[in-house]
Amino acid sequence: MAAITETVLGVFAHVDTTVRALEELRAKGYHDLTVYTPIPVHEIEDVLERDRPVSRVRIFTLLGGLLGLASAWILTAWTSLQWGLFLGGKPPIGLPVSPPYVVIMFEMMVLFGGVATVIGMVVLGRLPRLWPSPSFDRRFTNDRFGVAVHCTPARSASVREILRAAGADEVRA
Amino acid sequence: MSVAGERHIPPGGAQAATPSYGDVNRDVLATLRPPGNLYFAWMCIVGLLLTCFFLAWGYQIFAGMGTAGKRTPQMWAMYITSFVFWIGIGHAGTLISAVLYLFRARWRTSIYRAAEAMTIFAVMTAGLFPLIHAGRMWFAYFLLPYPNQRYLWPNFKSPLVWDVFAISTYLSISAVFFIVGLVPDIAAVRDGSVGWRRRIYAMLALGWEGSDSQWRHYRRAYGLLAALATPLVLSVHSVVSWDFAMALVPGWHSTLFAPFFVDGAIFSGFAMVLVLVLPMRYFFNLNAYITARHLDMMAKLILVTGLVLTYFYVCELFTSWYSGEHIEKASLFWRLTSSYAWALFTMYFCNCVSPLILFWKKARTSPVILYVVSILVLIGMWFERFNIIVPSLGHDFYPYTWGIYVPTVTDSTIVIGSFAWFFLLFLGFIKVMPSLSVVEVKETLPPPMKDAAHGGHH
Repeated sequence: MAAITETVLGVFAHVDTTVRALEELRAKGYHDLTVYTPIPVHEIEDVLERDRPVSRVRIFTLLGGLLGLASAWILTAWTSLQWGLFLGGKPPIGLPVSPPYVVIMFEMMVLFGGVATVIGMVVLGRLPRLWPSPSFDRRFTNDRFGVAVHCTPARSASVREILRAAGADEVRA
Repeated sequence: MSVAGERHIPPGGAQAATPSYGDVNRDVLATLRPPGNLYFAWMCIVGLLLTCFFLAWGYQIFAGMGTAGKRTPQMWAMYITSFVFWIGIGHAGTLISAVLYLFRARWRTSIYRAAEAMTIFAVMTAGLFPLIHAGRMWFAYFLLPYPNQRYLWPNFKSPLVWDVFAISTYLSISAVFFIVGLVPDIAAVRDGSVGWRRRIYAMLALGWEGSDSQWRHYRRAYGLLAALATPLVLSVHSVVSWDFAMALVPGWHSTLFAPFFVDGAIFSGFAMVLVLVLPMRYFFNLNAYITARHLDMMAKLILVTGLVLTYFYVCELFTSWYSGEHIEKASLFWRLTSSYAWALFTMYFCNCVSPLILFWKKARTSPVILYVVSILVLIGMWFERFNIIVPSLGHDFYPYTWGIYVPTVTDSTIVIGSFAWFFLLFLGFIKVMPSLSVVEVKETLPPPMKDAAHGGHH
């Protein structure tokens, strides 16, 4: 199989034409697509998410939250034992947890979980992008939808045909 | 800045047609155009007040805390009043961006950016007060959890330490939430501007392109952040209220405090949102986005939280009386009848009576009435914190520790100056960042369809 070297870009003005193009491309076996949208659109997501697992950001959130919970427990329990005072007639630490430390644990869980979620989004979305990708157009953050198809040079003509037939305003390589 | 078309609509005038995606970008970019003289006049006033603030603070550091009217038993007075007030203001932003997001309340979209910015700036303002109140604020790092030279760690059983954790988490998570929401919008601003502005926005947008993989992780992350921030909204002011409720001081020692504080915070937060959004709507001509319906919804929230607050006030009086505790009843009687009774009745008027006009539909959509009610609510909520702190401290268990507090020029200047600090941050923000969310406003518009049969909402 020849290398995927060519990217054909279709620029659409409407959601329904974009969806039509995506359905058509998928039916013809093109799966290496990048879709640019100004906002997240349900109709487009429905087509794209059909064979994809749910975003793994949630694993980051879970691990971050658990890490926060654990570190807050260790911080409060360990520091209490450093100076083992009985406060208010209660032992320095209660097991599994002293009620006052629940506050600290909750706050740290949210803090670590939130930061981990953002790290997850940045890492998985490959975010700090230093240079715009070649198929990006500045209208895609305004009111245009873009479908970039990565294919072999031999098939670029048929991709162009699909995009144009679906109703693209503009098709370019 | 390249702004495609210019529209001339009289300020405050109505706009008939639903805006298209392109209109949203154009109108949001228009808010970033170089400001006029009125803006600079405002900035001058704000700058002047802020200068007074720093001078007063400098004088207080130089001459000592006595210049701020701090003497036993009134060691908290206006600084902690303002601290709690500003933290409360900071509640509406995250309530709108997290709780209303999870409830899919679509009307939040056009006000949430301004409200989130308000939240962060309000918490930043609140954060000044512990520093100011600590006196030697260069020792503020004592607040961090680390052992002192005797290896003594902070007491994590103290509500004051919880407070440090709660507020720093709240500020961090609100900031994270705010920045995540801004990224696609900054990308939209980047693509609508030229020259050095474009380069700066390009850096801030992290190279956002709106590709499907970016949106996919973004949406999931945003939902998870909203889920994490929702309990945070309720927890922050609960923790702040425990600074009081965990103490034995009559007037503070009550289980009522956590919900009472949270409700009051939402009440004052929405009032501040209106105080900021109504002028923004007028001067930036955002009538197509912030419509009468949005005002109506915010007014309803103010009305509901105001009524709940009234209920809490009645409960507070009732539980003090019903407790049968002599000291508690004496404190209440003193509060109602003596030196600070005027503050208490100002609060009752502003918080319980003034929002009642919002039962009237015309008032809920009239910017002028809403503005007046919001200002009254803010005054009332400031006095609520004053009434919790000052009269309670001034009349506790022993007559020899009783004492009243008289404001001084120094601490009044600092409190007024904190408003200048807040407005400086907000006025600066609305001219450099999209104060209306490009993405979320578009999400509430009907998506562009070629085939009319598919048009409208899905």
